[in-house]
Formats: sequence, C-alpha cells, structure tokens
Amino acid sequence: MTVDRALIHDLLAEYGALLDAARYEEWLGLFAGECRYSIVPRDNHERGMPAGLIFCDSRAMLEDRIMALREANKYNIHSDRHLIGLPRLTGGDGIAIEAPFAVFQTDQEGASHLFATGIYRDRLTMAAGCLTIRDKLIILDTFAVPTLLATPL
Amino acid sequence: MIVSDKIWPALDYSRVPFRLYHDPEVYEREQRQIFAGPVWNYLGLEAEIPNPGDFRATCIGEMPIIFNRDPAGAVRAFVNRCAHRGALVRRELAGNAREHICIYHQWCYGLDGRLTAIPFRRGIRGQGGLDPSFDMAAHGLRRVRVDTIGGAIFGTLAPDAEPLADFLGPPILDQIERLFARPVQVLGYNRQRIRANWKLYAENTRDNYHASLLHEFLLTFGLDRSTQKGGVRMDRRHRHNITWAEADSDSPDFAREAYSNARIRNDYLSLQEPDLVAFRRERDDSLNLVVTSVFPSSVFVQISNSLAIRQIRPRGVDEFEVFQTMFGYADDPPEMTDHRLRQANLVGPAGLVSMEDGEAIEIAHRATKPDPDRASIIELGGAGVISDRDYRVTDVPLRGFWSYYAELLGIEPAGAVR
Repeated sequence: MTVDRALIHDLLAEYGALLDAARYEEWLGLFAGECRYSIVPRDNHERGMPAGLIFCDSRAMLEDRIMALREANKYNIHSDRHLIGLPRLTGGDGIAIEAPFAVFQTDQEGASHLFATGIYRDRLTMAAGCLTIRDKLIILDTFAVPTLLATPL
Repeated sequence: MIVSDKIWPALDYSRVPFRLYHDPEVYEREQRQIFAGPVWNYLGLEAEIPNPGDFRATCIGEMPIIFNRDPAGAVRAFVNRCAHRGALVRRELAGNAREHICIYHQWCYGLDGRLTAIPFRRGIRGQGGLDPSFDMAAHGLRRVRVDTIGGAIFGTLAPDAEPLADFLGPPILDQIERLFARPVQVLGYNRQRIRANWKLYAENTRDNYHASLLHEFLLTFGLDRSTQKGGVRMDRRHRHNITWAEADSDSPDFAREAYSNARIRNDYLSLQEPDLVAFRRERDDSLNLVVTSVFPSSVFVQISNSLAIRQIRPRGVDEFEVFQTMFGYADDPPEMTDHRLRQANLVGPAGLVSMEDGEAIEIAHRATKPDPDRASIIELGGAGVISDRDYRVTDVPLRGFWSYYAELLGIEPAGAVR
C-alpha cells in the first residue's frame, strides 16, 4: 500500500502536539476504532517477554486510561515535550512505520530533563482519506522509569 | 550527629525522626547491619535460570550479586566481585555461561564460585606471576547462602542468619507458598527510579491507610476499598507484614457512607473494559489483594490476578529503584496470560493503582530533608502495642518495621515496644 509521506508526518506531528498540550481526548481521535497501544521496556521486548508498562489491547482500555488520568490518578506536576524523529517505512502488512522519539519533562519550576526515549512502531490504517493508528508499540529504551509514568508517550 | 538509641521520640515507634531518611552515615550502617545483616533477601526465581549455566545479576542492598544454576542443577549465589581487584565479574544482567570471567585480568570462576584459573599464574619463562604459595581455594567468589520457597530464591550475606523459614515465620511463609504453589513463568520486568530514601517505600508497602486514599482509582472504579474485610498480619517479630483484603466483602452503601468524609468520589465511574479490574478466583480463598512485605526490601504482590515481586534496590541515601518481576503460572491458558497482562496495567511505574507512590514518596523525601529533628506520625490503628489488626485503617506494621530496624541498627531504646 502506498501512502503519502506528508500524511504520516502530519499524523506524528499532531500526535506529539496533542499530548504536549494535554489534549488527551483529541489524541484518542488519532487512533482507529479498533486499536492497540502498548509501552514495553526494551529489555522485555528483546527477551521475548510480553509484559508492558501500559498495555491497552482495545480502544475501550485506552479510553479508560485517559479517564483514570483525568479523574483518579495523581502524578508529578509537569509538562511534556515530544521530539519525534523522521519516520521510516518498514513495510509489511498495511502501512508500517518506525520513528524514534524523546520525551522531555519540565517541572513547575522550569527544570527539564529527558524522561523517556525509544522507538515507535506503528501500524497505520487509511479510511476515508484519514490516516489513523491501528497498533502503536512503544519500545522504551528508558525502562528505568524516572519516578512514574502517567501521561502517554 | 551520631544516631543512637536516644533518637526515638516515642518507645512505640509512633514517631520517626526525619533524620533516619537522610543521614548518609545511617545509610552506610544500613548496608552493613540491615542488608548484609541476619536477613534473607529475595534474589530471583528458579524459573529465570532453568538450565545449568543460566545466570542473572541482582543485588542485596547495594551489593552486586549473581545467582546461577551449577552443572549439578543447584542454585548458587555469589557477590559479583572479582577476588583480585574487586571489579564486577559478570557485567551482563542475564545469560548462560560455563564460567564467570573477569574482563580486567581474566580471572576465571566456576559456576560453584571457585577460582579456577589465573592467567600467567606462573609468569612467563619463570618470571613474574604469583608466588606458588597463593591459595586459589581461598579466593573464590564470596558465597551467598541461598534457600528457596516454591522456586523463589532468597539469599543472605550473614553466615549466622536463622533458617529462611524461621526468618519468615508461619503467616508469611504460608503466603509465599500460596503464591508459588504452581510453577511460575516470568512475563517481564519493570523498573522505576524514585528519588527518595528506600525506607519510605518499605513503609509504603506496609501502609494500609494510604491505599484507597492516595490511589483513588481503587475506590473510583470499585476495585478495593477500606470497608472490605481485610487487615494486617505480621510475623512474631513484627518485621514482615501481610496486608490483605477479601473480594465482595462489603456493600456499596456501607462504603459510600464510610467515605463520605473523605474527599474522594466513590464508585461513580465505571470502566469501559471491566476486565481490567475483574477478579478471577484461582485459589480456594477470596483474597483479591495481598501485599506481603518481607524485611527489609522484598515485596510479594497479588492485586486481583496480577502477580509480581518487587525488590527495593537502594541507590544511595536519596534514591532507590523498584525492580518488579511480573509473573503468571506455567500452566496458565493463553487467555489467563492475557488477563494478567491486562491487569499488569494496575501495577508498576505506570500502574493505575500504584503510580502515585512514586510521587507521594518523593514529596515526603523532599519536604523532610531540611528538618531532620522533626518526626512523622504513625498512629493509625492506635499507638502502643504492635499487633495484628482485622481492619484496614491502620499503619501499625510500619512500627513493626522500625522496631526490627532499630534492633539491627543497634539503636533500640531501653523499654522499647516490640
């Protein structure tokens, strides 16, 4: 399947911008109706172990995650900044891409630090001219998670 | 200031001076007297080293440890440090090998820890090398005594430590045996660095009071509440603790009324994917939450159907790591493994009912540091005698932790409550 690279770039740019603006409900809109989202420590991934930090194998679970973040969870007060690298088309079924990312966190007093880096492995789907995420696997290099992981990567 | 038995404002450990979380000298003493003292530390699982030569790196306090399976099938553990110059012998975190070779000068150790080869031991052309009197048998890797319960490996650095079963005592031993009654399979690991003193985490896992208050998810989505039947149970020395609760043991109306004075919205939201919190009974009991804290730094956790072992790894007075091993059972059908993986969302650094601990512990560490002579309060469930409780609004087991801590550190005051 061929796809306009500009659409992929736009999707990734929107992905990072919505998360950094804490617009999580709109961020959910970037996912397909049937989707998966998981964050797996690189160590587990390389050893063939399935356990992740976040594992949502349905859109309902992803929506529950966001609701919990809004309504129940407490976490370090901070803002996120996603830097998403150039995507690489990896082939296979449908539209598969890989993109490196880094997320910096900034606390209330203006101190920033690298919170997480790793790689996105996304399977995208095109419907009605709109590109959405069907399966996002985040392989986390920074699997010694500093403090806690609340807001999505 | 030298920390002594005079440090305690109260003989029942209902006040803990902030100094104990921040004093570098206290931290040094803990490494020797607590972690290397007469305690048993969780090291890993037999399931992680099924074959001869399989090894894994772990630690006891800050002491680097490796454990491996020897050619005869026995589990052995050593301090991961070359007898020669003190370098790490094994740098990889896990693998399989016939021997452990230090990269620095290639001193070589067998899987039984014996020193087996030294390059240029006799020198070259008779020049250099070691004196023939050098005793290789006396310079193996430092042994760690090991024992296992249902495939969970424990180790102690103290040759005179009491047997593991005695150290744990009946209620704790029973719980660990319950968790490891079937062969396990490891589902993966997660790791979390918290910028705080390790003892704040040891307290946290014994603190029943905070659970449904800090972790609002528990209550908001009806997973766990303090109105459920539950409580705390300790060993006879009160150093370990089991926090437990039973599923379906309270009524929503009772819970609503009980929480009316806490600023928490009770049971008002429902999940779109209720399987996330659905408890599937898999034993002949109703326990859906069991947190077993073993002094000083091992925690065995069952939250609904998610199963994990947490190892507290101190990294200096101001930082520790929580190393968590997620597991299920080798005979789990794939559908049950999926359920456990889904419920793994509840725990760990991103856990829906655990992420808050990282923040709560860091803000406690940060705010206590400048005022070492003031103290925290431990009085839920009453001060005075330290004993089991059949209710959940209690933090008595924290006082048990401090009581044994004081004994090992040699700062137990005369007339202390044990």
